[in-house]
Amino acid sequence: MLNPIDLAFKKAKNENRPALLTYTVAGDSTKNQSLIILNAISKHVDILELGVPHNTPVADGSQIQTSAYRAIKNGIKIEDIFWIVKKYKKNKNSKPIILMGYYNMIFQYGEKKFLEKCKRVGVNGLIIVDLPWPENKSFIKKCQKKSIYLIQLLSPTTSKVRLNKIIRDSHSMNYFISMLSTTGGKLKVSSKKIMSNYFKIKKINPKKNVVIGFGITEKSIKSLKKADGLVVGSAICKEISVSIQKRQNPVTNVANLVKKLKYKIL
Amino acid sequence: MKLKKGIPLIDQGNSLGFWGGKFGGNFVPETLKKPIEDLEILFNKLKKNKKFIAERDKYFKNWIGTPTRFIKLENLTKHVGGAQIWSKVVSDANGGAHKIYNATVHCLLAKRSGKKIICGDTGAGYAGKMLSMAAKKFGLKCKIFMGAKDIKRQQPNVRAMKKNGAKVIPVYSGSQTLVDAVSECMRFWVANCDTTAMCVGSTVGPAVFVRICGWSTSQISRELKVQLIEEFGSIPKKLKLYNCVGGGSSSFGFWNEFMDYDKKQCEFIGVEAGGPAKSKRHAAPLTYGSKIGILHGAAQYVNQNSDGQIEETESISAGLDYPGISPLHCFLKDTKRARYTAASDEEALKAYKLVTKYEKLRPSLEPSHAFSVAVREAKKMSKNTIVVVNSCGDAYKDKNILRNRLGKKYA
Repeated sequence: MLNPIDLAFKKAKNENRPALLTYTVAGDSTKNQSLIILNAISKHVDILELGVPHNTPVADGSQIQTSAYRAIKNGIKIEDIFWIVKKYKKNKNSKPIILMGYYNMIFQYGEKKFLEKCKRVGVNGLIIVDLPWPENKSFIKKCQKKSIYLIQLLSPTTSKVRLNKIIRDSHSMNYFISMLSTTGGKLKVSSKKIMSNYFKIKKINPKKNVVIGFGITEKSIKSLKKADGLVVGSAICKEISVSIQKRQNPVTNVANLVKKLKYKIL
Repeated sequence: MKLKKGIPLIDQGNSLGFWGGKFGGNFVPETLKKPIEDLEILFNKLKKNKKFIAERDKYFKNWIGTPTRFIKLENLTKHVGGAQIWSKVVSDANGGAHKIYNATVHCLLAKRSGKKIICGDTGAGYAGKMLSMAAKKFGLKCKIFMGAKDIKRQQPNVRAMKKNGAKVIPVYSGSQTLVDAVSECMRFWVANCDTTAMCVGSTVGPAVFVRICGWSTSQISRELKVQLIEEFGSIPKKLKLYNCVGGGSSSFGFWNEFMDYDKKQCEFIGVEAGGPAKSKRHAAPLTYGSKIGILHGAAQYVNQNSDGQIEETESISAGLDYPGISPLHCFLKDTKRARYTAASDEEALKAYKLVTKYEKLRPSLEPSHAFSVAVREAKKMSKNTIVVVNSCGDAYKDKNILRNRLGKKYA
């Protein structure tokens, strides 16, 4: 049986478009609201990344930091995040869920216990920002046993030799960081350059899906549509922040934004 | 878990950069893997290169000013009435603290790697001040990340950084102290690692930064060893080395050359910041048994909650106000080579008053923590015991805090 993540890519490919991946922070701005947001955007999205907020995020820009601090301030705990996933998975239109976070939270929870819990609530994949290859080699195997994908990050600074090794050890999905930046930075390289780097990576193993993320907005998404998938994160977190500031409903605003993003890549 | 003899502690990590198999490592975003690897290759090559070492020593001698004094605190010894109390006055170094050694080495490395910009973090402002000095000396542009709370409480150092042409970037996230400054500096490096070198201000961060910093500050113990032999004819039979511990750069440097001695002859005592007496918050993960976790790229004992969120710290001393601790010190604690304890804000202030009353020495709030424990313990020791306290920073930067807490007389 195909992993639901593979199915999602397959479906997008059949529709001749990249998969749309969104990133929101679990518990932003509250436990319930982040669940409502997931449900509201579910039908427009192929895969949902759910951020596990951490208070010393060394790779996140200001938008995601703001969301993470807001969620933590409003009391989100790791058990609440599992609750959100479990509830969301009851949605008939539910899509694959990838938890994205920092290693210390998994380390404190216990790798084994964390993966068991992920499996039980229906998590399909994990991205651990600060557990790169080869440090993650034993964890890759543990994920494999639970049929949970550990998604590897690839960067413009990753050497050719290293790319080969990472992709060899990877599950069927990888994540290409578009440029040297924390999340949500302004795109400082051309889409053409990003796509040319992307195809170099893709060539190493064309069977494995590669998504592009970091700095993708409503403006830039169309120019990258030849990728297997595209991740929009900071732009959505920003929408939540702005909505709260303007005392508007973040759920409607985020759903509208995601609809627009989807329209651009059709 | 065991220390090896005859191998520098900085080189005792395994292939993934873990000391004792579990402290340190490289928990970093993929983007930083390459620049860290490049830095490792460069450092491993240069630390064996005689020309590079000669260059380092030239700047240490002529620019930083080596050796810093090793003096007996006669009046304090008489007043306390126990062990002989000595001090290694590292605050003699150019700029007024030990941070200059690491800053200088990082700038030398940056020059060799062809980088034109260097970024760094700072808590008390010394790491930032020294990096700004070294950057100016070696013609590099400099960016310093500093918590907004620290900017307020360590103004003299902020002014110095700006005077040296560095850009000081206030960090408003989290507790607005050192922990947030290090995070923001790492984020900046993630986005600019192609043009910019990073200097981590202490023996913390990904393994290579722990090693470079330890290698640099070890100058302190190299000097001390010579000075002890000059003074006593040999290394004393009972030697106690007291040092404050925040990230752990000065203490590691103060102890490194004595690592292979038996601890009965040469004991290491690390003093962490216990925070205000009435507060539950502290910056003493080793003393209070914090759990191992990951902070700023390294596994270490760190103040955190059960979810793994890093906890806010509190200390009068900005330089010690950090929730984690160097992997080297975690290793020294678990192998029992060093002993760790804490002094509260109030105890540090009391020690500052005592030292300045009896001696012509103005230790900053960081080493005042070490003086507090040294004085307390020296009372009970024999006269042939040699207590040495590393006075690793000068109190000039603390004048506002000292005025507020102790009155005008002490500022």
